[in-house]
Amino acid sequence: MPIDRDAVVDWMRRFAGEMGEHRQELVRLDTAIGDGDHGTNMDRGMRKAMEKVEAAELADPGAVLKTVAMALVSSVGGAAGPLYGTLFLQMGGALAGQERVDLPGWTAAWRAALEGVQARGKAQPGDKTMVDALIPAIEALEGASDLDEGLTAAAQGAEDGMRATTPLVARKGRASYLGERSKDHQDPGATSTYYLFKTAAEALSG
Amino acid sequence: MKKLINSPDDVVRDALRGMEAAHGDRLRISYDPYMVVRKDAPVQGKVGIISGGGSGHEPMHGGFVGPGMLDAACPGEVFTSPTPDQMLEATKAVNGGAGVLHVVKNYTGDVMNFDMAADMGKGEDIEVETVLTNDDVAVEDSLYTAGRRGVGVTVLVEKICGAAADDGKSLAEVAELGRKVNANGRSMGMALTPCITPGSGEPSFELAEDEVEIGIGIHGEPGRFRESIGPASQIAERLMTPILEDLPFSSGDKVLAFVNGMGGTPLLELYVVYAEVAKIAQEHGLSIERNLIGNYITSLEMQGCSITLVKLDDDMVRYWDAPVNTPALRWGS
Repeated sequence: MPIDRDAVVDWMRRFAGEMGEHRQELVRLDTAIGDGDHGTNMDRGMRKAMEKVEAAELADPGAVLKTVAMALVSSVGGAAGPLYGTLFLQMGGALAGQERVDLPGWTAAWRAALEGVQARGKAQPGDKTMVDALIPAIEALEGASDLDEGLTAAAQGAEDGMRATTPLVARKGRASYLGERSKDHQDPGATSTYYLFKTAAEALSG
Repeated sequence: MKKLINSPDDVVRDALRGMEAAHGDRLRISYDPYMVVRKDAPVQGKVGIISGGGSGHEPMHGGFVGPGMLDAACPGEVFTSPTPDQMLEATKAVNGGAGVLHVVKNYTGDVMNFDMAADMGKGEDIEVETVLTNDDVAVEDSLYTAGRRGVGVTVLVEKICGAAADDGKSLAEVAELGRKVNANGRSMGMALTPCITPGSGEPSFELAEDEVEIGIGIHGEPGRFRESIGPASQIAERLMTPILEDLPFSSGDKVLAFVNGMGGTPLLELYVVYAEVAKIAQEHGLSIERNLIGNYITSLEMQGCSITLVKLDDDMVRYWDAPVNTPALRWGS
């Protein structure tokens, strides 16, 4: 079943829920190697985003994602605000005018999101950032033959990518100041990105 | 955790309410978006200067808004960069026709948000220049990190650029001067205790009772290494040696020496540190022409200090001495 506006709103609602539920977990991960604000910021930002989404008449998935993007950019701050803002803005732009999105359209939107995030944050694979969860998830989408399979595989790919950040030495963001001491900690940005793909599989499948 | 707050989510707003109650005669406080603006802004014909960053470093930046320093400051949540819409509003609010300077500390979030603000501002027809401060020598391997952090020198850049703007310098000249101050400034900090953000309620790192952390950042980022606490003379040496070697400072240099408290350090102890800094400077043949001692760029309730040295020229001295009238820094007329 293609992805429509209501499904994307449901996805964002579930993602906002996960950010609230896992706020302390993300704070704890970020306190270990960053500045401890990731959970608080994402929770605040997604609550704001859902207020805007629920209040507006949004015609299609792209419009929903652009609304989320602008809310995050103006309410999150930190690095996560511009990065997640750019992610949703690029996805929304790629999906503009599509009322129902199929697997190729969805995959292309994620590819655009990844390019936007990398242009904004300059992170390469292996730098211990959200990019390390995004890439395996998008590759899984690209290798899938139907949407449901792709959504499930992307969630698995993001989870694997998130777990694989643990042994890495951070090269971007505040964690990079720790050098070798950033090892043995899971990246908080990759973790919130995993929840994005997890909730996409829950909200958008079948 | 014990803090003098009403609720963790309201701490920035409540502090701004306090700023308004205390300084409302001179400052305009905006709550949506958060901004601290000179009441007489925009000053026609003068280069506007704004800065911004996470809260928790007070008095930076809001306490430095006023004649002779900043025209506006954009506070973010605690230790979180402000957002592009704040910076854009502040830029518009202080533009007196001569352009606007953004003073940005080199942190991933601050840089990305100010970049986005610049993108968004392209349609506004306001000339904007950016000075990026990155004076923290504690960051050794800047090729493989987000680069050196902006710390103590930021206060000095804001003061000196503010005076140059008052003196009628152009945007390009004020920006060039700011970059020169940054290029000639080096800093390093240390902590006796971690800090606790109101949102997390947890210490930013763990330190044993007898340990200090050398080379910390201003957001509770751990530093270069830990060691057992020694006398203030040893700690001053630990901070001064990398600073002196990095620029490098050499015999005969005229400098400004800035001993900054991290928020929870008694002024008594900062003067103990300053005595050691003055002694080390003298041993290296440096002439401390100007100094600043106190809590100016803090990290919540952290105990500790940072040291900043800037190699001065005559322009910098003149602009340092020029009148300034802000809640946190005030001298001259």
